[in-house]
Amino acid sequence: MQVLKIATAGSVDDGKSTLIGRLLYDTKSLTDDKLEAIERTSKQKGYDYLDFSLATDGLVAEREQGITIDVAHIYFSTASKSYIIADTPGHVEYTRNMVTGASTSQAAIILIDARKGVIEQTNRHFFINNLLRIKDVVVAINKMDLVDFSEEVYNDIKADFERLMEKRDYQDQKITFIPVSALKGDNVVNRSENTPWYSGQTLLEHLEELNLLDIYNTGTPRFPVQYVIRPKTDEFHDFRGFAGKIYGGELSVGDEVAVLPSMTRSKIKNIYFYDQEYQTAPRRSSVTITLEDEVNVSRGDMLVKVGDLPTIDKQLTAIVSWMDSTSLTTGSKYMVQHGVNKVLAKVDAIEHKIHPDYSGIEENVNALQMNDIAKVRLRLNKPIFYDRFKEHRTNGSFIMIDGRTNNTAGVGFIE
Amino acid sequence: MLEEITTNKTQELLDRPKANALEHEAIYIIREVAAQFERPVLLFSGGKDSITLIRLAQKAFWPAKIPFPLLHIDTGHNFSETIEFRNRLVEELGVELIVRNVQDSIDQGKVVEETGKYASRNILQTTTLLDAIEEFKFDACIGGARRDEEKARAKERIFSVRDDFGQWDEKNQRPELFDMLNGQIEIGQNVRVFPISNWTELDVWSYIQKEDIEIPSIYFAHKRNTFLRDGLIWSVEDDVVFRADDEAVEERTVRFRTVGDMSCTAAVESTADTIDKVVAEIRDSKISERGARIDDKRSEAAMEKRKQQGYF
Repeated sequence: MQVLKIATAGSVDDGKSTLIGRLLYDTKSLTDDKLEAIERTSKQKGYDYLDFSLATDGLVAEREQGITIDVAHIYFSTASKSYIIADTPGHVEYTRNMVTGASTSQAAIILIDARKGVIEQTNRHFFINNLLRIKDVVVAINKMDLVDFSEEVYNDIKADFERLMEKRDYQDQKITFIPVSALKGDNVVNRSENTPWYSGQTLLEHLEELNLLDIYNTGTPRFPVQYVIRPKTDEFHDFRGFAGKIYGGELSVGDEVAVLPSMTRSKIKNIYFYDQEYQTAPRRSSVTITLEDEVNVSRGDMLVKVGDLPTIDKQLTAIVSWMDSTSLTTGSKYMVQHGVNKVLAKVDAIEHKIHPDYSGIEENVNALQMNDIAKVRLRLNKPIFYDRFKEHRTNGSFIMIDGRTNNTAGVGFIE
Repeated sequence: MLEEITTNKTQELLDRPKANALEHEAIYIIREVAAQFERPVLLFSGGKDSITLIRLAQKAFWPAKIPFPLLHIDTGHNFSETIEFRNRLVEELGVELIVRNVQDSIDQGKVVEETGKYASRNILQTTTLLDAIEEFKFDACIGGARRDEEKARAKERIFSVRDDFGQWDEKNQRPELFDMLNGQIEIGQNVRVFPISNWTELDVWSYIQKEDIEIPSIYFAHKRNTFLRDGLIWSVEDDVVFRADDEAVEERTVRFRTVGDMSCTAAVESTADTIDKVVAEIRDSKISERGARIDDKRSEAAMEKRKQQGYF
């Protein structure tokens, strides 16, 4: 069984929570007690339909205002897949949460209100999905019931969106358009009789067919060392294992590796997962590796295959998405966390701000406010071992931590 | 021959992507806790989720021992089966177990026991927990909460920062990006860590089945003296659970789907007496796990409110 993580994006009132509620309801994933609670509250509020957003908007403030403030994670499964949906807020002031939700997802659903069509916010949602290189994007044109299931409206919106696609940087993204009514259930799980002109798949059919192996980002193996395991027991007196998670490709016993940053070379002696030994460990597995030689390795170091080195540098240029209420200014210092490795960084320059609505760039910027996106140059106190985000999703990204507040203040995608 | 065996095992790492993806994710998180914090602790309740956490922690650090102690906040209203189980497990693991009692907090006058029909010690646990965190200066508390349990839980980060009052600021959570977990905190703050955030109830049961993990016997069908209230089945525990005279005692075949304080945990009618039958039952269930937890039914925001006050 595969696990598919999906992020939703849409503006306030586009019906994201309703769409998720509908997916849960039509796949019979809502338990009786949860459904009863939704029925009861919908009735109390005087609605003449079931308010599925009640299933996902978990905070009091969200229910008061009828909007989603923070990412909620929703789970359901079908016979073939397990789904985790990050229900991310669409309001412009919550862009940081949208980036958060999208960063751990392999697919995205962008909602468009059929009555409003492609709006400025749609550009942003698409921009962020593009920036994060989400491979599969579904454009769900919602509230079709409110435009009489008009094929013309659907086609116009699709054409508008296709014009937007010409501006994208990441060309390999697969975009699928589906006309839906989340409230009434058209083309979400069940095929709609109201859209005889639409011959494509329903939303769930599309998700069910996605092959995760195609979606997961691949690359070359990178093994950041999280923790050094030294049991110091009689049985394992000399055991020195390097615990971590493999990103990109796979590693095998006998592989010649370099330890970064020291560049010391050795060979992989054993790969353990718990008390079992393996010949090869696939990407995304959390294993423990031992080496042939007594090499000095500590947390934050990285094992890579010899002949497959990342860039090792103290300078880097990255697209930064700023998430903190304290603004980023030229000359200021942050802690950069790259994987599990932490270094100090100074902002050398803000090259330009990028408008995430595809309206261009802005030069001569000295500070970034929350939700700004910009190309930034950083100088580090120690070199890190990175790949470009385009080539390596995990080894090409970092977070910026404000040393005064310890908050995660920004995220960077290395150019 | 050796070559063949190891190749097959590699296949096994890949073949069950669901179980594996979640298991490997959880192990990564647990290792981050051990690496980033000075004094981590694993909150152990004796329930299936914390038992699962222990297996994951064993896997994370093998062949070394789990490098942090366990903390049990004992309400004094535990099912005796759970306590027996706990003591045996700790001995097998060779880890340190710290127990702090809600009864002590009551005796010290820090909390007041609830009265009435729905009296429960569940909320009182928060004070005892926060005192223990302060006493031992724990900076990270690993817990078995899952996002599928309850809608306020669905909003929880994997690394969730609490201030020195133990409070959760739900509107100002740190963004969590990719696999990068930010454990930087000030003295006095602590981080609640939820390695099995992305697991569902069924995932936990399937894992217990796959790993053949021992769990307390109350999870399996057994005969018990019970009574009915508000459509839920309550265990007759005269000193702990209030029972009105007109609430008739009847022997039923039941099991517990969630194990918390006896005063707020109801049983379900069931004949599932093996792990295979339990997994099958959960798969077909039309009622959520928390449907049997009366404390969540107090209001639409019961869990969120408790979490703001420092509840796990």
